Amino acid sequence: MNNIFVYCEVEDGVVADVSLELLTKGRSLANELKCQLEAVIIGAGLKEVEKQVIPYGADVVHMIDDPRLAPYTTMPHSSVLIKLFQEEKPQIALMGATPIGRDLGPRVSSALHSGLTADCTSLEIGDHEDKKAGKIYKDLLYQIRPAFGGNIIAWIINPDCRPQMATVREGVMKKEMINKNYPSKVNHLEVSKYVSDTDFAVQIIERHLEKRKINIKGASIVVSGGYGVGSKENFKLLYELADVLGAEVGASRAAVDAGYAEHERQIGQTGITVRPKLYIACGISGQVQHRAGMEESAQIISINTDPDAPINALADYVITGDISEIIPKMIKYYKLNTK
Amino acid sequence: MKGIKIIVLAKQVPDTRNVGKDAMKADGTVNRAVLPAIFNPEDLNALELALRVKDEVPGSTVTILTMGPGRAAEIIREGLYRGADGGILLTDRAFAGSDTLATSYALSQAIKEMGKFDLIVAGRQAIDGDTAQVGPQVAEKLGLNQVTYVEAILKVDKSQITVRRRLDNGVETVKAPLPMLLTVNSSAPDCRSRNAKLLMKYKHARTVTERQEATEDYLYLYDSRPFLNIHEMTVSEIKSEPSQLGLAGSPTKVKRIENVILQAKDAKRMTAADEGINDLMKELIESHVIG
Repeated sequence: MNNIFVYCEVEDGVVADVSLELLTKGRSLANELKCQLEAVIIGAGLKEVEKQVIPYGADVVHMIDDPRLAPYTTMPHSSVLIKLFQEEKPQIALMGATPIGRDLGPRVSSALHSGLTADCTSLEIGDHEDKKAGKIYKDLLYQIRPAFGGNIIAWIINPDCRPQMATVREGVMKKEMINKNYPSKVNHLEVSKYVSDTDFAVQIIERHLEKRKINIKGASIVVSGGYGVGSKENFKLLYELADVLGAEVGASRAAVDAGYAEHERQIGQTGITVRPKLYIACGISGQVQHRAGMEESAQIISINTDPDAPINALADYVITGDISEIIPKMIKYYKLNTK
Repeated sequence: MKGIKIIVLAKQVPDTRNVGKDAMKADGTVNRAVLPAIFNPEDLNALELALRVKDEVPGSTVTILTMGPGRAAEIIREGLYRGADGGILLTDRAFAGSDTLATSYALSQAIKEMGKFDLIVAGRQAIDGDTAQVGPQVAEKLGLNQVTYVEAILKVDKSQITVRRRLDNGVETVKAPLPMLLTVNSSAPDCRSRNAKLLMKYKHARTVTERQEATEDYLYLYDSRPFLNIHEMTVSEIKSEPSQLGLAGSPTKVKRIENVILQAKDAKRMTAADEGINDLMKELIESHVIG
């Protein structure tokens, strides 16, 4: 009772990174609240899959294994969670802000009339005073997320309803194994008690998994390179920085023409127009045609060996120097300054 | 009735995609005046999929349901210009302060007043909140199956539907019985543009409140042309428990809000020296631009 639950996504017997990240976060929240961390794994052919989650500090692993439970469909998975949460009364329930978590979470929260906050970027424990009602709430989950197109940060709480539910995107939380032999109890649930045959009305006829498409337009941070990057080899630095920041990599037309980057990444008048929160221009001089595709970025960092590059006029931060020296330092100090 | 009766859930939203440097005032608050109110983009994709069903299955109808303030009637007109058959504006002070759960409760109670339907189509998410919750929550409240992240309807008849979903890691083809609810991705086809004939037909379509406030002299039209009446539904027309509505019916509360200051003054200049780059990364993390 009153524990923290994490719904774990499984594809082909492998637990998703986002679920392990949430277990790590859930473990630290559980320590703070002095409660237990419980994982829920729903799927098919789950033999020994619990071994992937136990090292992250799950005190209990609930498993429900049935050939009909994979691949994921909405109704059977939500039926399991709704019933299990009614029995176990968790205080907090977390899931990935993935197509699965974003399909499942609202359904479960609606059935339980519990609040759900999507795409949290931070989760903290804290108190809340309702001055009107003269009530103090202890140890609530602060669900912190950007809102209004990323222009404001909101602290959301669910004072009265349980579980307090939140989804978090992959890569937002750190994943950290604590003990390979963490003492844990596995609880095998009986399918027929949780799922009814009518839950299988929606059928998946065909599935085709493919690599993710490049999504520069939707990225909130873009690391972009120009001719000044110098080579395809040097472009790898941009990918490293983008990886760390959760950004996409873009390029100027000159860089695409020189073969440093694929055409799909071209930003500018003849390419994609982006308006990210942060645009990091590396070795880009800033011709009009490129500027047309990025000048509405909220913040712009320009890294260039030329202190008078035209793009610097648009920039909020101008770093004069060589990218091969500066980018590794940005990665280093980003890592040092985030937990 | 052979046709498929479709309800499209839509929302009027501030255009947060066009956020430039002037979107934030000097005091750090959002400058709403520079953000136009628009038809939520993925709801337009949803409308397009609904209109394609109407094109294909004779006798089908498309009705838009939106909840919002009076001016949200604009998106119903926009839908009528593109081929919708009618629209309902669910509007009442009682709905103010609704989170996604209270919103889906109000919408689902309104849908119960709309008679029999076969299919509900909604955009996956609205750009002012990006939660993607209202669609699935409406489905749950109506006891319907749901399929989210849809980009195409491959086949539909009165009893079942086959759709293609676009996920982060691939595509799925899914078959489901009707009635059910779909949410639609931006990877679905763009919505058709306004039709000139429909624009002429519906340009005077108004809600009762708009007609009362209007200074124009078209009031004689509304008795002879009932299609110009946009149904304004208030809380008194739906069966609801006050404890489930608005702020009271919202489990989530906003504890506080902090503005992200996007506007920098003059460019800060630095070199490759460690200290400057360390300070820069700290600043960007603290202002929530990265991290």
